[in-house]
Amino acid sequence: MSKEIALEMRHITKRFGKVVANHDVNMEIYKGEILSVLGENGCGKTTLMNMIAGIYYPDEGQILVNGEEVVISSPKDAFRYKIGMVHQHFKLVDVFTASENIVLGDSGEKKYNIKAVNERVLGITKKYGFNIDPSKKIYEMSVSEKQTVEIVKVLYKNADILILDEPTAVLTPQETKKLFSVLRNMRADGKSIIIITHKLHEVLEISDRVAVLRKGEHIATIDTKDANESLLTEMMVGAKVELNIHRSEPKDPKVLLKCEHLTSINDEGIKVLDDISFEAKSGEILGIAGIAGSGQRELLEAIAGLQPLNEGAIEYNNPKNNEVVNLRDKNPLQIRNLGVRLSFVPEDRLGMGLVGNMDITDNMMLRSYRKGKSIFLDREKPRNLAEQIIESLQVNTPGVNTPLRRLSGGNVQKVLVGREISSAPKVLMVAYPVRGLDINSSYTIYNLLNSQKENGVSIIFVGEDLDVLLELCDRIVVINSGRVTGIVDGRTITKEEVGLLMTKSRDEEVENA
Amino acid sequence: MLKNKTNDKEPLFHVTKRDDVTFSKAMGIRAIAVVAAFVFCMILALILAGINPLKMISSMFSGCFGTQRRIWKFFKNLSILLYISLAVTPAFRMKFWNIGAEGQTLIGALASVACIILLGGKIPNGLLVLIMFVAGVLAGAIWGVIPAVFKAIWDTNETLFTLMMNYVASFTVAYFLLVWTPSGSSTLGMLSYGWFPQIIHEYFLVIVIALILTGVIYVYLNYSKHGYEISVVGESQKTAKYIGINVKKVIIRTMTLSGALCGFAGFLIVAALDHSVTTQTVGGQGFTAIMVSWLGKFNPIAMFATSFLITFLDQGAAQISTEFNIDSAFPSVIVGSILFFIIGCEFFIYYKVNFRHKAKNMVTMAASENIVKDEETLNNEALKQENKTAIDEAAHETTDVQDAKQDVKQDTKQDINQKAATLQENNGKESEQ
Amino acid sequence: MTIVNYLLSAFSIGIIFLLGATGETITEKVGHLNLGIPGIMSVGAAGGCLMLRALYPVRESCPGFIIVILGLLACFFAAGLLGAFYSFLTVTLHANQNVTGLALTTFGVGITKFIMSRLTKIGAHEYLYALPMFRAPFSNQTNSLKYCGVMTYIALFIAVATSYVLYRTKVGLNLRAVGESAGTADAVGINVSGYKYVATIIGSGIAGFGGLYYIMDYAGSQEAYLSIEAFGWLSIALVIFSLWKPVVCILGSFVFGLLYILNAYASTIFNVKLPMELSPALKTLPYIVTIVVLIITSTKKKRENQPPAGLGITYFREER
Repeated sequence: MSKEIALEMRHITKRFGKVVANHDVNMEIYKGEILSVLGENGCGKTTLMNMIAGIYYPDEGQILVNGEEVVISSPKDAFRYKIGMVHQHFKLVDVFTASENIVLGDSGEKKYNIKAVNERVLGITKKYGFNIDPSKKIYEMSVSEKQTVEIVKVLYKNADILILDEPTAVLTPQETKKLFSVLRNMRADGKSIIIITHKLHEVLEISDRVAVLRKGEHIATIDTKDANESLLTEMMVGAKVELNIHRSEPKDPKVLLKCEHLTSINDEGIKVLDDISFEAKSGEILGIAGIAGSGQRELLEAIAGLQPLNEGAIEYNNPKNNEVVNLRDKNPLQIRNLGVRLSFVPEDRLGMGLVGNMDITDNMMLRSYRKGKSIFLDREKPRNLAEQIIESLQVNTPGVNTPLRRLSGGNVQKVLVGREISSAPKVLMVAYPVRGLDINSSYTIYNLLNSQKENGVSIIFVGEDLDVLLELCDRIVVINSGRVTGIVDGRTITKEEVGLLMTKSRDEEVENA
Repeated sequence: MLKNKTNDKEPLFHVTKRDDVTFSKAMGIRAIAVVAAFVFCMILALILAGINPLKMISSMFSGCFGTQRRIWKFFKNLSILLYISLAVTPAFRMKFWNIGAEGQTLIGALASVACIILLGGKIPNGLLVLIMFVAGVLAGAIWGVIPAVFKAIWDTNETLFTLMMNYVASFTVAYFLLVWTPSGSSTLGMLSYGWFPQIIHEYFLVIVIALILTGVIYVYLNYSKHGYEISVVGESQKTAKYIGINVKKVIIRTMTLSGALCGFAGFLIVAALDHSVTTQTVGGQGFTAIMVSWLGKFNPIAMFATSFLITFLDQGAAQISTEFNIDSAFPSVIVGSILFFIIGCEFFIYYKVNFRHKAKNMVTMAASENIVKDEETLNNEALKQENKTAIDEAAHETTDVQDAKQDVKQDTKQDINQKAATLQENNGKESEQ
Repeated sequence: MTIVNYLLSAFSIGIIFLLGATGETITEKVGHLNLGIPGIMSVGAAGGCLMLRALYPVRESCPGFIIVILGLLACFFAAGLLGAFYSFLTVTLHANQNVTGLALTTFGVGITKFIMSRLTKIGAHEYLYALPMFRAPFSNQTNSLKYCGVMTYIALFIAVATSYVLYRTKVGLNLRAVGESAGTADAVGINVSGYKYVATIIGSGIAGFGGLYYIMDYAGSQEAYLSIEAFGWLSIALVIFSLWKPVVCILGSFVFGLLYILNAYASTIFNVKLPMELSPALKTLPYIVTIVVLIITSTKKKRENQPPAGLGITYFREER
């Protein structure tokens, strides 16, 4: 094959502080091919691609475009080398039309003529088989249309190398099919396309070659025709890492929380939760595994009374009096007033669980300030609690009066988890509790969860690290695009099996069913 | 900053947010600003009116504290400004931009005068004052709660709404003045009923109540459950919802309070000071109060200091204009200029300006920079995109890594390597978010 | 004829709001709510009058249009300077827009009164001599047509041109993008701060014309400077009323004008003697109408009629 190299990366290393996000990566992409970059959450795929797109600058190594070494230090530079990236979060002005967004910031010397732009946009869409109205406003568009605008925006600037970051994460299967046919047209036109993804079946369906990244390192690039799902999964997840997290046998498990057919449709009309049913039992840790954005956040918020449900019921079995209450359509305060002992450590610690500008004492009060009939706050108990938490969880802080935003991520998390546990919950929901934490803090959190479990608390643990999930959880609910694809035993399941459940497509399910 | 070699537009300095500034340093910066502002004003007065700077200062002092009468007047003026500033503060703490204090106060004053006109001489004075109080507070509360209801239900822009309400209030007053003065003169004159009791001095109670109210609002905002809810809603509506606060209710309740306090100020102006009302009764103090509150960082005690400063400038400059026979608008020029300096100086309290050296070879720089520089570089790159949070955590992570490494020092080398690897993995995740 | 007079007067007084509102619209389109507009309009007027005063000695020898142009330039410069100062505080120093704007109004109105009272003391005729030049070509008319001087056409032209630039050029597109989503604009390489500065300065200059028009054409009196502030606030209301669209602004300014002076003409036109106390009630109408418009647009949620999404938000690149 006489393929020309469009872009080459040599020995690319990128560090954030002292942490290495990408280490010595070598990769190349040919003209007229589709390359998949595959890897777990956090393996450095996006960081690597951001360096080609001019968002980050590599600490070491070179990037060559058409055989020449180039310096790409801004998205503008990237466009100069005809590289364009479509990010996961769209950057579009809502009240502008598609064309206006596409032409925005274009420094072309030609006079601005929206008709001419519209025609050019239509020309591009026709050529590759997109379907879009150039004069439609962004706010009237579906997610898939917005994505199309982003792609056309890149093509309008004459990009030859397109990078798409998780393009199918927001699309329905039909829309995905359409996108793939467009991508094939672009390949036929000689464009180079890089797709960042962690969906195996898509890799196999669309790409010519697949590059696998793991923990910032490039494992291998293989031709798709030589690949299959189990081989890719193995390359992606790697050998199991022993973490030696303590796990006890659940004692006398009783169903505390029963979710039935939870369905929720967001503003954009997408089913973020799709018929989810499971049970959470006392004295066990129930893991929730899934690719980022599969509905984990919505699920926990629905249980906590923050996400409206279109269908389903959340039944809480009060262990005190065996009364069953339905938590659906209740706000957090109503849930609390029903005597439900539910605690929630949200993903967004400083934006939701805590207030960064307040000190530790005041953050302790968030849950408890209503107690008592007095119109005044009682800071005495929260302060004692704050001191207790600081001591028992070894929170590194100058004192209880320090604003939380000045603590490091790990210490903030200890404060949050500490507070949520202090109210002696029966059900404890935690979302990504060790994200961004150092190893000691992580183990502190695992130990806390385990001691809660031994006290008979039902813990729902949303995690991203499969090694942790497999060692910590008794049972694991795997979700994928808002649906449950399996409820498995954490002691017997393998990493690969969970990986496959996480990435399984809906089509396959239908076929299998 | 990493820049393209061909790009010679190397920025001279780079601005970052200060994490935290000590109280004394912040006060120092403010003091410098105030001094600089005074120097500026002296130069301005010298140029505009040919006034000797030293004479100007002495004239200002004598204008404020020269006689016993002036001292009373000074603290009276300060009190009125403080009342309105205290009134807008709960709303501001909630990040509800109530710039309608002018109107809320004026309508409170109007309601009080209406009571005098309707009931004056017909009922005992004590009862009349009580009714005036209720009417004034109620009118202010209504004026304040209207925009709040629309904000809570439809998210109507409160800044524009409250601004418009000021003029509606002003013309409402003009209307009633015409109704009440058959001759069409629009001047009511001093009304003889509904006088607030006076002890020690005609201004004494007004000043004392202002001080008491400062304490009450301070306690309300910092030690009451309502005040706590206001702070949470202001900081993050998401957190408020997470802990089950009814955000709409808090918005409406707080704006009712804010309007009511403005109405109370209006009532006091009528009952204790003016015994009358005109469209100029509040005279722009509703707007000045917004600046007082903001400059006082929404802290009632600090607001006492800022209103002290503003009143000093205002009354002092007024003295200058009489003494040197220059236009009565001179005080606003002085107050305006000083405000600019204080507003501007906030920047230096909250942001840090990092001057940077000339361009370096980027590769060696990237390889050899220490962590701090590295963080800055990250910040620079973050300019282009939204992943700032991730990087922030990555920066935290840096310290975490160090902590972890410290802790595992005694462990075998292999252990360290393993732990570091896991850390890197965690952090890689961070940077992808 | 009174009805024609009424319409003409309404149209002319509307020109003051039109200039103020067009300037404010440009500023708000880049996301800055400039509450300093009343001060800026005042200072613009003062700047213009100072220049006219300086040209007093050469009034005979210098062609009228040159005097008008120099007056306008000085006005634009003075108002633009204040706009630049506002931008410096709010864009570069990230100061709170509301507080800065209010301080600017305090300062601007104050310094204008200060300057103008001194000018008037010297002799108001020393700047009012230019009244016929500004009222050209209708300076000899006795009815309201006399208000339709050169600045009227300049105002209409500016409103139309602003609309053209905002909606038909790349500069306008970029400018609106800055006000809608500064982050997006920044990401595609638009100089966000640059746009904010330029738009605020030009907007302030245009608003300044409104003040000058009021003194040197509509009012033509030595006390006129005292009431510019009120027109400034009305201009801000007009921006909301016209839904941030300069062309609608032309219509809106006329409607505001009609309401504002209705009382003076009501008796002669409609043959009804309105009670005098209704005068202030009628003057509230523009504000009440504006509130109603504000409420309706917020309930309808039609995206085109909303304030620019970034209005009042200080953009600091490194924050999210």
